[in-house]
Amino acid sequence: MKKILIIGLTLALALGTLTACGTKTDPASTGMTGKVVVAGSTSVQPLSEELASAFMAINPDVSIEIQGGGSGVGIKAAQDKIADFGSSSRELKAEEKATVSNEYVIAKDGIAVVVDPTNTVTDLTLDQIKQIFTGKITNWKEVGGADATIVVVSREEGSGTRGAFIEITKVSEKDAAGTAVDNTTKDSLVQPSTGAVKQTVASTPNTIGYISIGALDDTVKAIKVEGIDATEADVLSGDYKISRPFLYLSNTELTPAAQAFLDFILSAEGQAIVAKDFIPVK
Amino acid sequence: MKAYEKIVEKLIIVCAIVSTISVVLITVFIFREGLPILMNYGVIDFIFGTNWSPTNGNYGILPLIAGTLAVTLGALIIGVPMGIASAIILSEILPRKVARVFKSAIELLAGIPSVVYGFFGLVVLVPAIRTFILPLAQLVVPKATTTGFSIFAGAIILAIMILPTIVSISENSIKAVPREFREASLALGANKMETIVLVIIPAAKSGIVASIILGMGRAIGETMAVILITGNMPKIPGGPLDSVATLTGTIAMEMGYADATHQQALFAVGIILFVIIMLLNAIAQISAHGLRGNN
Repeated sequence: MKKILIIGLTLALALGTLTACGTKTDPASTGMTGKVVVAGSTSVQPLSEELASAFMAINPDVSIEIQGGGSGVGIKAAQDKIADFGSSSRELKAEEKATVSNEYVIAKDGIAVVVDPTNTVTDLTLDQIKQIFTGKITNWKEVGGADATIVVVSREEGSGTRGAFIEITKVSEKDAAGTAVDNTTKDSLVQPSTGAVKQTVASTPNTIGYISIGALDDTVKAIKVEGIDATEADVLSGDYKISRPFLYLSNTELTPAAQAFLDFILSAEGQAIVAKDFIPVK
Repeated sequence: MKAYEKIVEKLIIVCAIVSTISVVLITVFIFREGLPILMNYGVIDFIFGTNWSPTNGNYGILPLIAGTLAVTLGALIIGVPMGIASAIILSEILPRKVARVFKSAIELLAGIPSVVYGFFGLVVLVPAIRTFILPLAQLVVPKATTTGFSIFAGAIILAIMILPTIVSISENSIKAVPREFREASLALGANKMETIVLVIIPAAKSGIVASIILGMGRAIGETMAVILITGNMPKIPGGPLDSVATLTGTIAMEMGYADATHQQALFAVGIILFVIIMLLNAIAQISAHGLRGNN
Protein backbone atom coordinates (compact mmCIF):
# COMPACT_ATOMS: atom_id res chain seq x y z
CA MET A 1 0.00 0.00 0.00
CA LYS A 2 2.81 2.32 0.96
CA LYS A 3 4.51 1.61 -2.36
CA ILE A 4 1.43 2.59 -4.33
CA LEU A 5 1.28 5.79 -2.37
CA ILE A 6 4.89 6.52 -3.21
CA ILE A 7 4.35 5.78 -6.89
CA GLY A 8 1.24 7.95 -6.88
CA LEU A 9 3.03 10.83 -5.26
CA THR A 10 5.95 10.54 -7.69
CA LEU A 11 3.53 10.64 -10.63
CA ALA A 12 1.76 13.65 -9.16
CA LEU A 13 5.07 15.42 -8.77
CA ALA A 14 6.10 14.56 -12.32
CA LEU A 15 2.80 15.83 -13.70
CA GLY A 16 3.15 18.91 -11.54
CA THR A 17 6.44 19.83 -13.16
CA LEU A 18 4.96 19.21 -16.61
CA THR A 19 2.05 21.55 -16.04
CA ALA A 20 4.41 24.13 -14.63
CA CYS A 21 6.05 24.27 -18.06
CA GLY A 22 2.81 25.43 -19.60
CA THR A 23 2.09 28.32 -17.28
CA LYS A 24 3.09 31.80 -18.38
CA THR A 25 5.08 34.16 -16.25
CA ASP A 26 3.53 37.41 -15.10
CA PRO A 27 2.73 40.16 -17.61
CA ALA A 28 5.64 42.25 -18.78
CA SER A 29 6.87 45.26 -16.98
CA THR A 30 7.87 46.83 -20.31
CA GLY A 31 4.59 46.08 -22.03
CA MET A 32 6.31 45.15 -25.30
CA THR A 33 4.56 42.34 -27.14
CA GLY A 34 5.10 40.50 -30.40
CA LYS A 35 7.09 37.80 -32.08
CA VAL A 36 10.49 37.97 -33.71
CA VAL A 37 11.80 35.25 -36.01
CA VAL A 38 15.53 34.91 -36.66
CA ALA A 39 16.61 32.30 -39.21
CA GLY A 40 19.95 31.35 -40.70
CA SER A 41 23.54 30.62 -39.78
CA THR A 42 24.20 27.78 -37.36
CA SER A 43 27.34 29.60 -36.18
CA VAL A 44 25.31 32.63 -35.15
CA GLN A 45 22.53 30.47 -33.69
CA PRO A 46 24.01 29.84 -30.21
CA LEU A 47 24.74 33.56 -29.82
CA SER A 48 21.25 34.51 -31.05
CA GLU A 49 19.74 32.08 -28.58
CA GLU A 50 21.64 33.53 -25.68
CA LEU A 51 20.76 37.08 -26.68
CA ALA A 52 17.12 36.07 -27.13
CA SER A 53 16.82 34.46 -23.73
CA ALA A 54 18.37 37.52 -22.06
CA PHE A 55 16.01 39.77 -24.02
CA MET A 56 12.97 37.67 -23.19
CA ALA A 57 13.86 37.77 -19.50
CA ILE A 58 13.34 41.56 -19.67
CA ASN A 59 10.43 41.42 -22.12
CA PRO A 60 8.47 38.28 -21.24
CA ASP A 61 5.68 39.02 -23.73
CA VAL A 62 7.95 39.07 -26.74
CA SER A 63 8.70 35.63 -28.11
CA ILE A 64 11.82 35.21 -30.18
CA GLU A 65 12.17 32.19 -32.37
CA ILE A 66 15.66 31.20 -33.51
CA GLN A 67 15.91 28.87 -36.49
CA GLY A 68 18.99 27.31 -38.08
CA GLY A 69 19.55 26.29 -41.67
CA GLY A 70 22.82 27.98 -42.54
CA SER A 71 23.89 31.40 -43.81
CA GLY A 72 22.37 30.68 -47.23
CA VAL A 73 19.01 30.12 -45.63
CA GLY A 74 19.43 33.30 -43.57
CA ILE A 75 20.11 35.44 -46.64
CA LYS A 76 17.17 33.91 -48.47
CA ALA A 77 14.91 34.41 -45.45
CA ALA A 78 15.78 38.12 -45.42
CA GLN A 79 15.34 38.48 -49.21
CA ASP A 80 11.95 36.77 -49.17
CA LYS A 81 10.90 38.52 -45.92
CA ILE A 82 10.12 35.15 -44.32
CA ALA A 83 11.87 36.10 -41.08
CA ASP A 84 12.34 39.39 -39.25
CA PHE A 85 16.07 38.81 -39.38
CA GLY A 86 18.10 36.49 -41.54
CA SER A 87 21.47 35.71 -39.99
CA SER A 88 24.74 35.13 -41.79
CA SER A 89 28.20 34.26 -40.55
CA ARG A 90 29.93 35.48 -43.69
CA GLU A 91 30.16 38.73 -45.67
CA LEU A 92 27.50 39.10 -48.33
CA LYS A 93 28.60 38.85 -51.92
CA ALA A 94 28.04 41.90 -54.11
CA GLU A 95 25.00 40.42 -55.84
CA GLU A 96 23.50 39.44 -52.48
CA LYS A 97 24.06 42.91 -51.05
CA ALA A 98 21.83 44.36 -53.75
CA THR A 99 18.89 42.24 -52.65
CA VAL A 100 19.00 42.97 -48.93
CA SER A 101 18.25 46.50 -47.74
CA ASN A 102 19.60 46.45 -44.18
CA GLU A 103 22.72 44.82 -42.84
CA TYR A 104 23.56 44.91 -39.12
CA VAL A 105 26.90 43.64 -37.83
CA ILE A 106 26.10 42.22 -34.39
CA ALA A 107 29.48 40.60 -33.63
CA LYS A 108 32.75 39.54 -35.16
CA ASP A 109 34.53 36.25 -34.92
CA GLY A 110 38.18 35.60 -35.63
CA ILE A 111 39.71 32.19 -36.16
CA ALA A 112 43.22 31.78 -34.82
CA VAL A 113 45.67 29.33 -36.35
CA VAL A 114 47.37 27.59 -33.44
CA VAL A 115 50.43 25.38 -33.00
CA ASP A 116 51.89 23.69 -29.96
CA PRO A 117 53.88 26.12 -27.79
CA THR A 118 57.26 24.55 -28.56
CA ASN A 119 56.94 25.18 -32.29
CA THR A 120 59.43 27.75 -33.62
CA VAL A 121 57.28 28.91 -36.53
CA THR A 122 55.65 32.27 -35.74
CA ASP A 123 54.30 33.59 -39.02
CA LEU A 124 52.50 32.00 -41.96
CA THR A 125 50.90 33.43 -45.08
CA LEU A 126 47.34 32.57 -46.05
CA ASP A 127 48.73 30.56 -48.94
CA GLN A 128 51.06 28.54 -46.68
CA ILE A 129 48.12 27.82 -44.39
CA LYS A 130 46.13 26.63 -47.39
CA GLN A 131 49.00 24.39 -48.56
CA ILE A 132 49.37 22.91 -45.07
CA PHE A 133 45.69 22.18 -44.64
CA THR A 134 45.34 20.68 -48.10
CA GLY A 135 48.35 18.43 -47.49
CA LYS A 136 50.69 20.04 -50.05
CA ILE A 137 53.16 21.17 -47.38
CA THR A 138 53.80 18.28 -45.00
CA ASN A 139 57.00 19.24 -43.18
CA TRP A 140 57.60 22.18 -40.85
CA LYS A 141 60.98 22.88 -42.46
CA GLU A 142 59.19 23.98 -45.65
CA VAL A 143 57.78 26.95 -43.74
CA GLY A 144 60.87 27.74 -41.70
CA GLY A 145 60.46 25.36 -38.79
CA ALA A 146 62.17 22.20 -37.59
CA ASP A 147 62.43 19.05 -39.70
CA ALA A 148 59.25 17.34 -38.52
CA THR A 149 56.05 16.09 -40.12
CA ILE A 150 53.15 18.49 -39.78
CA VAL A 151 50.14 17.02 -38.01
CA VAL A 152 47.00 18.79 -39.15
CA VAL A 153 44.13 18.97 -36.65
CA SER A 154 40.79 19.85 -38.13
CA ARG A 155 37.19 20.14 -37.01
CA GLU A 156 34.50 17.64 -37.97
CA GLU A 157 32.57 17.75 -41.24
CA GLY A 158 29.75 20.26 -41.08
CA SER A 159 31.27 22.39 -38.31
CA GLY A 160 30.65 26.12 -38.77
CA THR A 161 34.22 27.00 -37.74
CA ARG A 162 35.57 24.53 -40.27
CA GLY A 163 33.25 25.97 -42.92
CA ALA A 164 34.42 29.53 -42.27
CA PHE A 165 38.09 28.56 -42.00
CA ILE A 166 38.24 26.61 -45.25
CA GLU A 167 36.35 29.32 -47.08
CA ILE A 168 38.58 32.19 -45.93
CA THR A 169 41.85 30.29 -46.42
CA LYS A 170 40.67 28.89 -49.78
CA VAL A 171 41.15 25.30 -48.56
CA SER A 172 37.73 24.92 -50.08
CA GLU A 173 37.64 25.80 -53.75
CA LYS A 174 34.99 25.76 -56.42
CA ASP A 175 35.30 22.97 -58.94
CA ALA A 176 34.43 23.25 -62.64
CA ALA A 177 30.72 22.86 -61.86
CA GLY A 178 30.84 25.75 -59.36
CA THR A 179 30.27 23.70 -56.21
CA ALA A 180 32.63 24.32 -53.32
CA VAL A 181 34.89 21.36 -52.58
CA ASP A 182 36.48 20.94 -49.16
CA ASN A 183 40.10 19.94 -49.83
CA THR A 184 41.16 19.43 -46.22
CA THR A 185 43.79 16.69 -46.20
CA LYS A 186 42.58 13.20 -45.33
CA ASP A 187 45.63 12.87 -43.08
CA SER A 188 44.21 15.23 -40.49
CA LEU A 189 43.18 14.35 -36.98
CA VAL A 190 39.57 15.37 -36.45
CA GLN A 191 38.35 16.76 -33.14
CA PRO A 192 34.70 17.54 -32.48
CA SER A 193 35.00 20.80 -30.54
CA THR A 194 37.11 23.91 -30.07
CA GLY A 195 38.22 22.60 -26.68
CA ALA A 196 39.27 19.25 -28.11
CA VAL A 197 41.29 20.91 -30.89
CA LYS A 198 43.00 23.14 -28.35
CA GLN A 199 43.77 20.21 -26.05
CA THR A 200 45.14 18.11 -28.93
CA VAL A 201 47.32 20.91 -30.29
CA ALA A 202 48.57 21.82 -26.81
CA SER A 203 49.63 18.27 -25.98
CA THR A 204 50.81 16.88 -29.32
CA PRO A 205 54.10 18.01 -30.88
CA ASN A 206 54.12 19.38 -34.46
CA THR A 207 50.39 19.94 -34.66
CA ILE A 208 48.54 22.83 -36.28
CA GLY A 209 44.86 23.56 -35.80
CA TYR A 210 42.36 26.40 -35.76
CA ILE A 211 40.10 27.72 -33.00
CA SER A 212 37.93 30.73 -32.34
CA ILE A 213 39.95 33.71 -31.08
CA GLY A 214 37.75 33.87 -27.99
CA ALA A 215 39.07 30.46 -26.93
CA LEU A 216 42.79 31.34 -27.13
CA ASP A 217 44.95 30.88 -24.03
CA ASP A 218 48.61 30.11 -23.18
CA THR A 219 48.31 26.36 -23.72
CA VAL A 220 48.65 26.92 -27.47
CA LYS A 221 50.56 29.42 -29.59
CA ALA A 222 48.64 31.54 -32.08
CA ILE A 223 50.45 32.10 -35.38
CA LYS A 224 50.65 35.49 -37.08
CA VAL A 225 48.77 35.41 -40.36
CA GLU A 226 50.36 37.58 -43.06
CA GLY A 227 52.35 39.21 -40.25
CA ILE A 228 49.30 40.21 -38.19
CA ASP A 229 48.66 38.87 -34.68
CA ALA A 230 45.35 37.20 -33.97
CA THR A 231 43.96 39.82 -31.62
CA GLU A 232 40.48 41.23 -31.20
CA ALA A 233 41.65 44.68 -32.25
CA ASP A 234 43.11 43.40 -35.50
CA VAL A 235 39.94 41.44 -36.25
CA LEU A 236 37.84 44.57 -35.69
CA SER A 237 40.05 46.65 -37.95
CA GLY A 238 39.98 43.95 -40.60
CA ASP A 239 43.78 43.56 -40.68
CA TYR A 240 43.65 40.00 -39.41
CA LYS A 241 42.44 38.06 -42.41
CA ILE A 242 40.82 34.95 -40.95
CA SER A 243 37.75 36.61 -39.52
CA ARG A 244 34.10 36.90 -40.29
CA PRO A 245 31.23 39.13 -39.27
CA PHE A 246 28.02 37.87 -37.74
CA LEU A 247 25.27 39.67 -39.64
CA TYR A 248 21.57 40.22 -39.10
CA LEU A 249 19.85 41.01 -42.39
CA SER A 250 16.45 42.43 -43.09
CA ASN A 251 14.59 43.64 -46.11
CA THR A 252 11.61 45.34 -44.50
CA GLU A 253 10.84 47.93 -41.90
CA LEU A 254 11.47 46.36 -38.51
CA THR A 255 8.52 45.66 -36.24
CA PRO A 256 8.74 47.41 -32.84
CA ALA A 257 9.68 44.11 -31.21
CA ALA A 258 12.38 43.37 -33.79
CA GLN A 259 13.77 46.90 -33.43
CA ALA A 260 13.81 46.50 -29.65
CA PHE A 261 15.67 43.19 -29.98
CA LEU A 262 18.25 44.74 -32.32
CA ASP A 263 18.69 47.73 -29.97
CA PHE A 264 19.20 45.30 -27.11
CA ILE A 265 21.85 43.35 -29.05
CA LEU A 266 23.80 46.53 -29.83
CA SER A 267 23.43 47.87 -26.28
CA ALA A 268 26.18 47.49 -23.71
CA GLU A 269 24.26 44.65 -22.11
CA GLY A 270 23.85 42.76 -25.39
CA GLN A 271 27.45 43.29 -26.41
CA ALA A 272 28.56 41.96 -23.03
CA ILE A 273 26.85 38.69 -23.96
CA VAL A 274 28.58 38.80 -27.34
CA ALA A 275 31.93 39.29 -25.62
CA LYS A 276 31.63 35.96 -23.80
CA ASP A 277 32.53 33.98 -26.92
CA PHE A 278 32.97 36.48 -29.73
CA ILE A 279 34.22 39.97 -30.42
CA PRO A 280 31.81 42.84 -29.65
CA VAL A 281 31.38 45.51 -32.30
CA LYS A 282 30.53 48.41 -30.00
CA MET B 1 -7.30 -12.74 -7.65
CA LYS B 2 -7.33 -9.38 -5.94
CA ALA B 3 -8.02 -6.24 -7.97
CA TYR B 4 -4.60 -4.94 -6.92
CA GLU B 5 -2.85 -7.94 -8.47
CA LYS B 6 -4.80 -7.53 -11.68
CA ILE B 7 -3.74 -3.92 -11.98
CA VAL B 8 -0.11 -4.85 -11.41
CA GLU B 9 -0.40 -7.60 -14.01
CA LYS B 10 -1.79 -5.13 -16.56
CA LEU B 11 0.99 -2.68 -15.74
CA ILE B 12 3.62 -5.33 -16.34
CA ILE B 13 2.06 -6.20 -19.69
CA VAL B 14 2.07 -2.53 -20.64
CA CYS B 15 5.77 -2.29 -19.74
CA ALA B 16 6.58 -5.32 -21.89
CA ILE B 17 4.63 -3.90 -24.81
CA VAL B 18 6.28 -0.49 -24.50
CA SER B 19 9.77 -1.94 -24.56
CA THR B 20 8.95 -4.13 -27.55
CA ILE B 21 7.35 -1.25 -29.40
CA SER B 22 10.36 0.98 -28.77
CA VAL B 23 12.65 -1.58 -30.40
CA VAL B 24 10.36 -1.69 -33.42
CA LEU B 25 10.01 2.10 -33.55
CA ILE B 26 13.74 2.71 -33.36
CA THR B 27 14.40 0.14 -36.08
CA VAL B 28 11.71 1.58 -38.35
CA PHE B 29 12.95 5.11 -37.75
CA ILE B 30 16.59 4.36 -38.48
CA PHE B 31 15.71 2.50 -41.65
CA ARG B 32 13.21 5.11 -42.82
CA GLU B 33 15.77 7.91 -42.40
CA GLY B 34 18.74 6.03 -43.78
CA LEU B 35 17.37 3.90 -46.58
CA PRO B 36 16.73 6.68 -49.14
CA ILE B 37 20.40 7.61 -49.33
CA LEU B 38 21.48 3.97 -49.41
CA MET B 39 19.22 3.54 -52.44
CA ASN B 40 20.25 6.79 -54.17
CA TYR B 41 23.95 6.55 -53.48
CA GLY B 42 24.10 2.78 -54.04
CA VAL B 43 24.63 0.25 -51.26
CA ILE B 44 27.89 -1.02 -52.78
CA ASP B 45 29.30 2.51 -53.24
CA PHE B 46 28.26 3.36 -49.70
CA ILE B 47 29.80 0.32 -48.03
CA PHE B 48 32.89 -0.07 -50.20
CA GLY B 49 33.55 3.58 -51.02
CA THR B 50 36.87 4.71 -49.53
CA ASN B 51 36.17 8.45 -49.39
CA TRP B 52 34.14 9.83 -46.50
CA SER B 53 33.75 13.58 -47.01
CA PRO B 54 30.08 14.48 -46.62
CA THR B 55 30.63 18.18 -47.37
CA ASN B 56 31.73 17.17 -50.86
CA GLY B 57 28.93 14.63 -51.25
CA ASN B 58 31.15 11.56 -50.87
CA TYR B 59 29.71 8.97 -48.54
CA GLY B 60 32.02 5.95 -48.69
CA ILE B 61 32.14 4.33 -45.26
CA LEU B 62 34.77 1.62 -45.80
CA PRO B 63 37.34 3.64 -43.78
CA LEU B 64 34.86 3.85 -40.91
CA ILE B 65 34.07 0.13 -41.05
CA ALA B 66 37.79 -0.63 -41.16
CA GLY B 67 38.34 1.68 -38.18
CA THR B 68 35.62 0.07 -36.10
CA LEU B 69 36.77 -3.46 -36.93
CA ALA B 70 40.43 -2.66 -36.28
CA VAL B 71 39.77 -1.13 -32.87
CA THR B 72 37.37 -3.92 -31.91
CA LEU B 73 39.72 -6.68 -33.03
CA GLY B 74 42.55 -5.04 -31.10
CA ALA B 75 40.38 -4.84 -28.00
CA LEU B 76 39.51 -8.53 -28.29
CA ILE B 77 43.15 -9.58 -28.79
CA ILE B 78 44.08 -7.79 -25.59
CA GLY B 79 40.88 -8.22 -23.59
CA VAL B 80 39.85 -11.83 -24.22
CA PRO B 81 42.93 -13.63 -22.88
CA MET B 82 43.03 -11.26 -19.92
CA GLY B 83 39.34 -11.69 -19.24
CA ILE B 84 39.30 -15.48 -19.44
CA ALA B 85 42.44 -15.76 -17.35
CA SER B 86 40.87 -13.51 -14.72
CA ALA B 87 37.70 -15.59 -14.73
CA ILE B 88 39.68 -18.80 -14.20
CA ILE B 89 41.80 -17.44 -11.43
CA LEU B 90 38.76 -15.97 -9.67
CA SER B 91 36.68 -19.11 -9.81
CA GLU B 92 39.25 -21.92 -9.65
CA ILE B 93 42.46 -20.80 -8.06
CA LEU B 94 42.07 -18.00 -5.54
CA PRO B 95 40.48 -18.62 -2.14
CA ARG B 96 36.92 -17.37 -2.17
CA LYS B 97 37.50 -14.40 0.15
CA VAL B 98 40.40 -13.04 -1.87
CA ALA B 99 38.52 -13.69 -5.10
CA ARG B 100 35.62 -11.59 -3.86
CA VAL B 101 37.87 -8.54 -3.47
CA PHE B 102 39.28 -8.95 -6.98
CA LYS B 103 35.88 -9.56 -8.44
CA SER B 104 34.29 -6.45 -7.00
CA ALA B 105 37.25 -4.43 -8.24
CA ILE B 106 36.77 -5.75 -11.76
CA GLU B 107 33.04 -5.16 -11.61
CA LEU B 108 33.72 -1.61 -10.54
CA LEU B 109 35.26 -1.06 -13.98
CA ALA B 110 31.79 -1.44 -15.46
CA GLY B 111 30.56 1.51 -13.45
CA ILE B 112 33.10 4.03 -14.73
CA PRO B 113 31.53 6.32 -17.36
CA SER B 114 33.03 5.86 -20.81
CA VAL B 115 34.00 9.51 -21.12
CA VAL B 116 36.26 9.02 -18.11
CA TYR B 117 37.95 6.10 -19.84
CA GLY B 118 38.37 8.32 -22.87
CA PHE B 119 39.82 11.15 -20.87
CA PHE B 120 42.22 8.77 -19.12
CA GLY B 121 43.26 7.48 -22.53
CA LEU B 122 43.72 11.00 -23.86
CA VAL B 123 45.83 12.22 -20.97
CA VAL B 124 47.82 9.08 -20.14
CA LEU B 125 47.75 6.57 -22.99
CA VAL B 126 48.05 8.82 -26.04
CA PRO B 127 51.23 10.60 -24.85
CA ALA B 128 52.61 7.27 -23.54
CA ILE B 129 52.24 5.69 -26.96
CA ARG B 130 53.98 8.66 -28.54
CA THR B 131 56.91 8.59 -26.12
CA PHE B 132 57.36 4.88 -25.30
CA ILE B 133 55.71 2.73 -27.95
CA LEU B 134 56.79 4.78 -30.98
CA PRO B 135 60.57 4.32 -30.38
CA LEU B 136 59.93 0.56 -30.04
CA ALA B 137 57.96 0.55 -33.29
CA GLN B 138 60.74 2.49 -34.98
CA LEU B 139 63.17 -0.34 -34.19
CA VAL B 140 61.08 -2.50 -36.53
CA VAL B 141 59.84 0.11 -39.01
CA PRO B 142 62.28 3.04 -38.92
CA LYS B 143 59.93 5.42 -40.73
CA ALA B 144 57.00 4.87 -38.32
CA THR B 145 55.33 8.00 -36.96
CA THR B 146 52.34 8.41 -34.71
CA THR B 147 50.63 11.17 -32.79
CA GLY B 148 49.48 8.61 -30.22
CA PHE B 149 45.89 8.95 -31.39
CA SER B 150 45.68 5.42 -32.71
CA ILE B 151 44.02 2.05 -33.04
CA PHE B 152 46.36 0.82 -30.33
CA ALA B 153 45.19 3.43 -27.82
CA GLY B 154 41.55 2.65 -28.63
CA ALA B 155 42.14 -1.09 -28.35
CA ILE B 156 43.74 -0.84 -24.91
CA ILE B 157 40.97 1.34 -23.49
CA LEU B 158 38.23 -0.81 -25.02
CA ALA B 159 39.92 -3.96 -23.73
CA ILE B 160 39.68 -2.57 -20.20
CA MET B 161 36.08 -1.54 -20.80
CA ILE B 162 34.98 -5.01 -21.95
CA LEU B 163 36.80 -6.84 -19.14
CA PRO B 164 33.88 -6.76 -16.67
CA THR B 165 31.54 -8.29 -19.25
CA ILE B 166 33.94 -11.06 -20.19
CA VAL B 167 35.05 -11.81 -16.63
CA SER B 168 31.65 -11.95 -14.98
CA ILE B 169 29.88 -14.02 -17.64
CA SER B 170 32.82 -16.41 -18.09
CA GLU B 171 33.19 -16.78 -14.35
CA ASN B 172 29.52 -17.62 -13.96
CA SER B 173 29.67 -20.27 -16.64
CA ILE B 174 32.86 -21.75 -15.15
CA LYS B 175 31.20 -21.86 -11.75
CA ALA B 176 28.22 -23.59 -13.31
CA VAL B 177 30.38 -26.57 -14.35
CA PRO B 178 29.23 -29.43 -12.03
CA ARG B 179 31.56 -30.35 -9.17
CA GLU B 180 31.58 -33.94 -10.36
CA PHE B 181 33.53 -32.95 -13.48
CA ARG B 182 36.38 -31.60 -11.37
CA GLU B 183 36.29 -34.50 -8.97
CA ALA B 184 36.24 -37.09 -11.75
CA SER B 185 39.13 -35.39 -13.52
CA LEU B 186 41.24 -35.17 -10.37
CA ALA B 187 40.35 -38.78 -9.47
CA LEU B 188 41.68 -39.91 -12.84
CA GLY B 189 45.05 -38.43 -11.91
CA ALA B 190 44.88 -35.12 -13.82
CA ASN B 191 46.47 -32.20 -12.00
CA LYS B 192 44.74 -28.86 -11.47
CA MET B 193 46.16 -27.30 -14.63
CA GLU B 194 45.01 -30.20 -16.78
CA THR B 195 41.61 -30.16 -15.15
CA ILE B 196 41.12 -26.47 -15.91
CA VAL B 197 42.37 -26.58 -19.50
CA LEU B 198 40.98 -29.91 -20.61
CA VAL B 199 37.80 -30.29 -18.56
CA ILE B 200 36.46 -27.06 -17.13
CA ILE B 201 37.07 -24.65 -20.03
CA PRO B 202 35.59 -27.01 -22.63
CA ALA B 203 32.58 -27.57 -20.38
CA ALA B 204 32.07 -23.81 -19.94
CA LYS B 205 32.86 -22.78 -23.49
CA SER B 206 29.37 -21.75 -24.56
CA GLY B 207 29.26 -19.21 -21.75
CA ILE B 208 32.78 -18.03 -22.54
CA VAL B 209 31.94 -17.56 -26.22
CA ALA B 210 28.80 -15.66 -25.25
CA SER B 211 30.87 -13.38 -23.01
CA ILE B 212 33.29 -12.66 -25.86
CA ILE B 213 30.47 -11.80 -28.25
CA LEU B 214 28.82 -9.51 -25.71
CA GLY B 215 32.15 -7.82 -25.07
CA MET B 216 32.60 -7.40 -28.80
CA GLY B 217 29.17 -5.79 -29.03
CA ARG B 218 30.15 -3.32 -26.35
CA ALA B 219 33.43 -2.56 -28.10
CA ILE B 220 31.73 -1.91 -31.43
CA GLY B 221 29.08 0.30 -29.87
CA GLU B 222 31.42 2.35 -27.68
CA THR B 223 31.51 5.96 -28.81
CA MET B 224 32.72 8.57 -26.37
CA ALA B 225 36.01 7.00 -25.31
CA VAL B 226 36.85 6.21 -28.91
CA ILE B 227 36.19 9.77 -30.16
CA LEU B 228 38.70 11.09 -27.67
CA ILE B 229 41.59 8.76 -28.45
CA THR B 230 41.51 7.37 -31.98
CA GLY B 231 42.05 10.66 -33.83
CA ASN B 232 38.90 10.36 -35.97
CA MET B 233 40.76 10.24 -39.26
CA PRO B 234 38.48 8.67 -41.89
CA LYS B 235 41.23 6.80 -43.68
CA ILE B 236 41.88 3.08 -44.03
CA PRO B 237 44.63 2.33 -41.48
CA GLY B 238 47.96 0.75 -42.44
CA GLY B 239 49.06 -0.29 -38.96
CA PRO B 240 48.11 -0.32 -35.29
CA LEU B 241 49.65 3.10 -34.64
CA ASP B 242 47.55 4.85 -37.32
CA SER B 243 44.59 7.05 -36.49
CA VAL B 244 41.13 5.86 -37.45
CA ALA B 245 37.54 7.04 -37.33
CA THR B 246 34.82 4.64 -36.20
CA LEU B 247 31.19 4.27 -37.26
CA THR B 248 29.79 5.33 -33.89
CA GLY B 249 32.28 8.15 -33.39
CA THR B 250 31.49 9.64 -36.77
CA ILE B 251 27.75 9.62 -36.09
CA ALA B 252 28.21 11.28 -32.72
CA MET B 253 30.62 13.94 -33.97
CA GLU B 254 28.85 14.96 -37.13
CA MET B 255 25.17 14.71 -36.18
CA GLY B 256 25.11 18.15 -34.58
CA TYR B 257 25.81 20.19 -37.67
CA ALA B 258 24.79 17.80 -40.43
CA ASP B 259 22.54 19.11 -43.19
CA ALA B 260 19.75 17.00 -44.68
CA THR B 261 21.66 14.53 -46.87
CA HIS B 262 24.57 14.30 -44.49
CA GLN B 263 22.15 13.46 -41.70
CA GLN B 264 20.54 10.73 -43.79
CA ALA B 265 24.01 9.35 -44.48
CA LEU B 266 24.67 9.21 -40.75
CA PHE B 267 21.44 7.28 -40.28
CA ALA B 268 22.59 4.94 -43.03
CA VAL B 269 25.79 4.44 -41.05
CA GLY B 270 23.47 3.54 -38.19
CA ILE B 271 21.82 0.91 -40.40
CA ILE B 272 25.20 -0.65 -41.15
CA LEU B 273 26.05 -0.72 -37.43
CA PHE B 274 22.66 -2.24 -36.73
CA VAL B 275 23.25 -4.98 -39.31
CA ILE B 276 26.75 -5.70 -37.95
CA ILE B 277 25.41 -6.05 -34.40
CA MET B 278 22.53 -8.28 -35.58
CA LEU B 279 24.96 -10.53 -37.46
CA LEU B 280 27.15 -10.78 -34.38
CA ASN B 281 24.20 -11.72 -32.20
CA ALA B 282 23.12 -14.35 -34.69
CA ILE B 283 26.63 -15.79 -34.81
CA ALA B 284 26.75 -15.79 -31.02
CA GLN B 285 23.50 -17.68 -30.72
CA ILE B 286 24.36 -20.18 -33.41
CA SER B 287 27.81 -20.86 -32.02
CA ALA B 288 26.59 -21.10 -28.45
CA HIS B 289 23.97 -23.57 -29.66
CA GLY B 290 26.47 -25.58 -31.68
CA LEU B 291 28.96 -25.72 -28.87
CA ARG B 292 26.34 -26.85 -26.42
CA GLY B 293 25.29 -29.61 -28.82
CA ASN B 294 28.84 -30.95 -28.94
CA ASN B 295 29.12 -31.47 -25.21
